[in-house]
Amino acid sequence: MSEAARFDIEQMLRLALTPVEPPEDLRTRVELTLQELTDAAVDELDGWELGAMRDPRNWVRPVVATAVGATAGTALVILRVRQQRKKNAAASHGPLDLAQRTLRAAAGEARKLARWD
Amino acid sequence: MESQDKAKLDRVFTELYRAHLRDVYSYAYYRVGNHHDAEDLTEQTFLQAYRHFERAQAESDGRPLRPWLIRIAHNLAANLYRDRARRPQTSIDDTTTLSAVHTTEDLVEGRDELARIIEGIHELPDERREALIMRFALGMDNREIARAMGKTDGATKVLLHRAIKQLEGIVTPA
Repeated sequence: MSEAARFDIEQMLRLALTPVEPPEDLRTRVELTLQELTDAAVDELDGWELGAMRDPRNWVRPVVATAVGATAGTALVILRVRQQRKKNAAASHGPLDLAQRTLRAAAGEARKLARWD
Repeated sequence: MESQDKAKLDRVFTELYRAHLRDVYSYAYYRVGNHHDAEDLTEQTFLQAYRHFERAQAESDGRPLRPWLIRIAHNLAANLYRDRARRPQTSIDDTTTLSAVHTTEDLVEGRDELARIIEGIHELPDERREALIMRFALGMDNREIARAMGKTDGATKVLLHRAIKQLEGIVTPA
């Protein structure tokens, strides 16, 4: 490949693969989700600190990092299950079937997360 | 972890998120081919990143975390395809998409050429296509791409060279 041809195709690639601005509502949605996670983590931390003061058995429990991870993990499972819900609703034969499908989806997503950790 | 440390970590994560939202979204968009899946993939990427941020930051040794974020997006996209057992449903080179991403001037100047390039990119093997997206949509250098793809710098250089060469073969009329 000649240098000129290579230069041309690289120029074309830069034009073709222009960075894409995320929609404003996505920006807001992700920021809100992250804010909820950090708030939830702080609440769990506060709750644990109070509990730990009352109960000496919890004084050495290394729970904070786990609490943050669990909060984010739960949010991820909920998000994915929510995404699958429409598909499940269309395929289900009734409310009970839908509930079973949703439970199975939640268990599946939780297992996937556990495998990644 | 102390509350203060946690608050500091959250602040740093927010900065990371704001700095790289467009990168992750661009990668997701060109990877999955439609805005709907790209939004989901971006949201999941940042949630996953949040879960592992503390460890990633400790292990990064001060290196930029963009390749780590893109690697998460890459893994999630691979899972998305595996779960659905299908390729993107919406073609990225349709008229709406081109209009949404490119300026009118671009389209007037070289609409056919751009469409051919985008079509050509989608004919490439996944790994080559991803390397091109990282280089040209995100402006990542060889080292960053290597980290995102889990390759050596040398292997990444060869991968990009071959991707461009193959693409040129596809888009250049015989």
